[in-house]
Amino acid sequence: MTKLPICQNNFITQFIVNFRNNFSYKTFFRDIINTNAAPNYRKIPLQYQIPILLLWREKANFFNMNTVKTNLHSKTMRSTAKLIVAFGLLFCTQTMAQDAAAGEALFKNNCSSCHAVTGERVIGPGLKGITARRDLAWIVKWVNNPQAVIASGDKYAVELYNKYNQAQMTAYPGLKEADISNIIAYIDASNAAPAAPAAGAVAAAPSSGGATDSAPSALFSYILVALMVVMLLVLGVLFAILTILSKAVTGNAAATSAANGASFMDTLKANLSKVSQNPTIRTATVWLFILLAGKATLDGAFNIGISQGYAPKQPIAFSHKLHAGQYEINCNYCHTGVNRGKSAHIPSANICMNCHGAIKRESPEIQKIYASIENQQPIEWVRVHNLPDHAYFNHAQHVNVGAIECTQCHGEIEKMEVVQQRSTLTMGWCIDCHRKTEVNTKDNAYYDKLVSAHKLESKEPLKVANIGGLECSKCHY
Amino acid sequence: MENNTKRYWKGLEELRNGEKFVKNAHKEFADFEATDPGKFTSLVDGVTSQRRDFLKVLGFGMAAVSLAACETPVRKSIPYINKPDDIFPTIANWYASSYSEGGDYASILVRTREGRPVKIEGNKLSSVTKGGVSARMHASLLGLYDNEKLRGPKKGEADIKWEDADKQIIAQLGAIAAKGGQIRLVSSTLLSPSTKAVIADFASKYPTTKHIVYDANSVSGLVKANADSFGKAAIPAYDFSKASTIVGLGCDFLGTWVSPEVFNKQYVQGRKLSSVKDGKRTMSRHYQFETVMSMTGANADYRAAIKPSQEGLVALALYNKVSGKSAASLGADIDACLNKAAKDLKASQGAALVVSGSNDPAVQTIVNALNSALGSYGTTIDFGTTAHNRQGDDVAMNAFIDEAKAGKISAVMFLASNPVYDHPRGAELKEALPKIGLSVSFNDRADETASLAKFITPAPHFLENWDDAEPKSGFYSLTQPTISHIFKTRQAQSSLLKWAGKSENYHEYIESHWKNNIYKAADGSFEAVWVKALHDGVYEPNAGAATSGASFVGNVDAAISAVSSRYKANAAGLELALYEKVGMGTGAQANNPWLQEFPEPISKACWDNYANISAKTAKEQGLSQGDVIKIEAKGQSIEVPVLIQPGQANGTIGVAIGYGRQKSGKSSDGVGANAYVLAKMVDGHVSFNAGEVTISKTGETREIAQTQTHNTVMARKSIIQEARLADYQKDVMAGRFLAKVETSEGPKRATDISLWNGYEKRNHSWGMAIDLNSCTGCGACVLSCQVENNVAVVGRQEVVNRREMHWIRIDRYYSSDAQVDDFEGLEVASENPEIVFQPLMCQHCSNAPCETVCPVLATTHSTEGLNQMTYNRCIGTRYCANNCPYKVRRFNWFKYFDEDNFENFHFSNDLGKMVINPDVTVRSRGVIEKCSMCVQRIQAGKLEAKKERRRPVDGEIETACSQSCPTEAIVFGDMNDPESRLSKIMEHENAGRAFQLLEEINVKPQVSYLTKIRNKDIEVKSEEKA
Repeated sequence: MTKLPICQNNFITQFIVNFRNNFSYKTFFRDIINTNAAPNYRKIPLQYQIPILLLWREKANFFNMNTVKTNLHSKTMRSTAKLIVAFGLLFCTQTMAQDAAAGEALFKNNCSSCHAVTGERVIGPGLKGITARRDLAWIVKWVNNPQAVIASGDKYAVELYNKYNQAQMTAYPGLKEADISNIIAYIDASNAAPAAPAAGAVAAAPSSGGATDSAPSALFSYILVALMVVMLLVLGVLFAILTILSKAVTGNAAATSAANGASFMDTLKANLSKVSQNPTIRTATVWLFILLAGKATLDGAFNIGISQGYAPKQPIAFSHKLHAGQYEINCNYCHTGVNRGKSAHIPSANICMNCHGAIKRESPEIQKIYASIENQQPIEWVRVHNLPDHAYFNHAQHVNVGAIECTQCHGEIEKMEVVQQRSTLTMGWCIDCHRKTEVNTKDNAYYDKLVSAHKLESKEPLKVANIGGLECSKCHY
Repeated sequence: MENNTKRYWKGLEELRNGEKFVKNAHKEFADFEATDPGKFTSLVDGVTSQRRDFLKVLGFGMAAVSLAACETPVRKSIPYINKPDDIFPTIANWYASSYSEGGDYASILVRTREGRPVKIEGNKLSSVTKGGVSARMHASLLGLYDNEKLRGPKKGEADIKWEDADKQIIAQLGAIAAKGGQIRLVSSTLLSPSTKAVIADFASKYPTTKHIVYDANSVSGLVKANADSFGKAAIPAYDFSKASTIVGLGCDFLGTWVSPEVFNKQYVQGRKLSSVKDGKRTMSRHYQFETVMSMTGANADYRAAIKPSQEGLVALALYNKVSGKSAASLGADIDACLNKAAKDLKASQGAALVVSGSNDPAVQTIVNALNSALGSYGTTIDFGTTAHNRQGDDVAMNAFIDEAKAGKISAVMFLASNPVYDHPRGAELKEALPKIGLSVSFNDRADETASLAKFITPAPHFLENWDDAEPKSGFYSLTQPTISHIFKTRQAQSSLLKWAGKSENYHEYIESHWKNNIYKAADGSFEAVWVKALHDGVYEPNAGAATSGASFVGNVDAAISAVSSRYKANAAGLELALYEKVGMGTGAQANNPWLQEFPEPISKACWDNYANISAKTAKEQGLSQGDVIKIEAKGQSIEVPVLIQPGQANGTIGVAIGYGRQKSGKSSDGVGANAYVLAKMVDGHVSFNAGEVTISKTGETREIAQTQTHNTVMARKSIIQEARLADYQKDVMAGRFLAKVETSEGPKRATDISLWNGYEKRNHSWGMAIDLNSCTGCGACVLSCQVENNVAVVGRQEVVNRREMHWIRIDRYYSSDAQVDDFEGLEVASENPEIVFQPLMCQHCSNAPCETVCPVLATTHSTEGLNQMTYNRCIGTRYCANNCPYKVRRFNWFKYFDEDNFENFHFSNDLGKMVINPDVTVRSRGVIEKCSMCVQRIQAGKLEAKKERRRPVDGEIETACSQSCPTEAIVFGDMNDPESRLSKIMEHENAGRAFQLLEEINVKPQVSYLTKIRNKDIEVKSEEKA
């Protein structure tokens, strides 16, 4: 074992040899600390690098990695989704009749505020299957002047009128028969599309959201499988090299033992038991275990009180995905306090009633709002974002003055069926953002003096941290 | 605490360097001294270190931590069902309203958060109070959340429904009226014209009704004298700002007399100075003759201590001296002071004002004659508008008690009054009450009087009410509800209307009363006037009315002979003078822990009343501080501990009213003794000069919770800086102490040498200037701060243990002209010392000693000049408090809001917790806290400016103390803003009166003080000694 026939200058080999022959913790640590003493292994050995790397990564993670990661992930998803949508649309325009495109524009401009292309009731009835219910002539008459149709005593029209609380549809005398056929073509096409093999046709619609979500994960799994195959190959190659090397090192001994009929497994067993009896390796294992356990404990400790991902069930299954995503209702339509004060406000039931006084009245979830108003029992929403009481956060400062997007802290709310806490809401997270974020000084005379003073001494943009954004009493008092 | 010529001390124990004082002065934190060994004995209480307790705590701590780690509690977010348009959660709403209780009045603004009032501030739109709000008014907020109020009407001990109570009371009233039985409505002073109209309506339904008004601290003698002298039974409007010589005769006009909120402002207006070139360098001169050292006496330039038995003769002597007649001698000190006062009064003819707190009509008649001779009527005294703050008629009240005793009364109602407790003849009334067929109290609790009534129909707190007020004739204001009724209560006015068979809607009643009687058509449509009055809080059709005088037609000779017979120049016996405390007042709000813990401006004692005795008299009587004595007079007696009070007249005892409540609530019952019983009647008027008394030691001792030497700033030279007016006129830097440090290059200003680089304050530099000359010591800031910042109440024992929590304290320093080494002179001086008040809060040092010693960076510096305190970082080493030269840091020894030992205070119950300001963290046990310069207000103000894309405007951001200071002695602002009032003051006062405390240690505070200037003649020194 004293001979080193090959790879004399190789660092790893040298390390292994040294490790076997004369390793001692004393010298090892001395060498790490006093690097000049042993120029041969100045670098920190690999297996000690791993935990250190882990720790280092953890430190970095504490401030940045999570948010960056989340963003990356969602960005990939977004772009993939976009791609598929684009593809789908392309496909769609190829297959659909030309009148459907014109019909879509007309529908979106005139009809969509009250009607859905599906059977779903919005303010007026869903239009799926309209041609089956009524003939074109009737529809044209109705669209051009519904009041006249009702007045004429048309049975269907009167029934419809009464069914919808005698709310009359706006007349569109400007829509010609051709336009209306286009619209109908669009409606039919929309209803036919999801069943077609090109599932992306109406990818923007919520029902196909799941499809877009699953696509990237399939892609990833292919990549994963490929990677695993590569790794297996590498493993095989390594094993081959190892066998050759051990043959070269042990020479005939291996051959003899092979001749003696000892199987490969036996050799492995013997080797393993030898390895397990080696006190150095034992100690190393124990150390590794302690370090990993320590890291797990630390991780756990850091996560106490952090409810990232907290997505409690709410008393009403309100979907932000539907309201903020599909219908693109502005956040501060409901969260009225967001520009005014500390709290963004959970909307009161009367805000829901602005729309739901007419829309989807029969839905059991909406019925809960009616019940709440009737019984004078406020809806007890479960609070998702629980900042500690001693930290003062003000929405107006961030949204109104700082012009920060809601999604920066709350994540992509418009995609959440059930709202969950996306950010850690730890002090480190706040501070980190205050360090990185530029102050929104545009057109705000409050900052003028600060900006000009800052410009004199720095070329960097004015960050929140530069104007005292890291001071204790900005948030704690 | 000494400078070149004067010695300042906070208490006699300091002057004499008493053993206990010396021991305590060097210890920021007291050794534990529990009077009740059963209490506070475990480690959980933070006092001992028993090993088992330690293990228990340790074990519990571990368990708690692991439990807490397991689960985060689910928190609910509950929105409105139908959000009111004008309420935005987390954004405060302000309402204009009025405080009027027992004749004390202020136009106020109420800050509400999510529908609950959390703070009272002054309303600057009122030309009566001009934004002045007293400590008691700030504290009145807590009365709204008093857990011991009645939840609904009561018949005897039992609950009753409103309908049943109404039915029974109406039936009984009807029966009594049918038989012609006498009905009496007894109230304290009512400022509301609508309420008076309601009572008139009630009286027209039940014609035998008579309305009796009395005041616990009565001035009915003054009203009587005015009726005799001028034919006007009223209190005129005084204007102290127009007077260049003011003489107070036993009259605490800055503290408790008639309307101190108004007088404070006027008084200080006449005493403000400015070092700017050609600035105001004159101030009024104030003489005070009094028995008990009052807050007013403390502000006087010259003060003489008189015995109550001399009071009339002092007025007479002054009258004689002013009119050039000879006067009998009252003692060398008093004579000298009287001569000087008479000389100054004569010199300031037409700008002189003499006020007397005596309730003896004869004395007041002489004072009227004196003011008349000085030409005060029409100048400093105005009969054109009269003050309504005290309307009590002692003669009528006495007559009522006589009738009640004789069984001539069939029904009585008590409205905002508690005569069994606060009338000297309360005991007689207590016996007579059960004999009266129908008795109703409108009080909010079953107090001493209400508990004897057949019915209690509780009225809500004034913040839940509709009401109006007319504090001065022609000056109206409105009270509007700022919260809906918390309990099943009903306004007294609504009850009276209901019983009179009218609509009980008092809101509409006021509106129609205003429309028909108050509103002037010249001001536009009524609707517009009404809405504006509601918005502004005030309606002042009489503003700008000309002042009018009055010609004296009284009988001076009769008054002189009455005075000569009633008063003695040299009485030998020990005399008792009752007085009202600035914080506690008449005791109506006694169950208010904020007020109980409010240190009285002079004695700095709280949670008690006590016998003020001068050092000399105490020595003669063999008494020392804390000895409980029994004071006996006219068959009544009370037991109170002795407090040695410099400035108290020799041969007298002073005891405060307002204590000794029995049925008021947990915080007040049994605190102190009821001194009303010792008041006597003079000429049918209640006199607090109780005459001769006998005292005896009971052998017990009781330590008084006195904060005067707590948090003593030691061995420094420049704490107080003061000068005489004449010196100041010559040199604006008179009295300034410029600390010098020896260096190798010769002596240098201490502020020029520093080890520190300092902080750059680029954005704002928040600071304060505190004018020692304007501070009257009223303590409104102390309470305002307590309310704003959720400062805990710690209770009597903990104050004794030197653990009070107030973030701002008013240090009261005694001093005299005697030289530091003149021990005899100092001893004499302690009999009638000069006084300086110094409000002291965290000075927000730029080189803060506290910051450098904190091991966990819990206290740090901000770029806006604030010294920040981060509670969640604090681990309670208390190094910062040890290292603070000003002793302004407070340690939370207990979890005051959640511990049995403090269950008597509001923090311990859910209703009381409603008063908590949601913008400020409630501190837990084990952390240090201190003045934050109301950083929550600074942050809110800055945000408001940022939202409007502009810089904050000066005055927009105010700290609680600066906002509530009635005399604007505390000015807060941004020193980086050249337009701020603070910058403008500092611009010229930096080379004038402005100094920073302990300049020699160069900690660079953000708070500056302006020197105290006394309007005293310089040669007086030798005269006084002679």
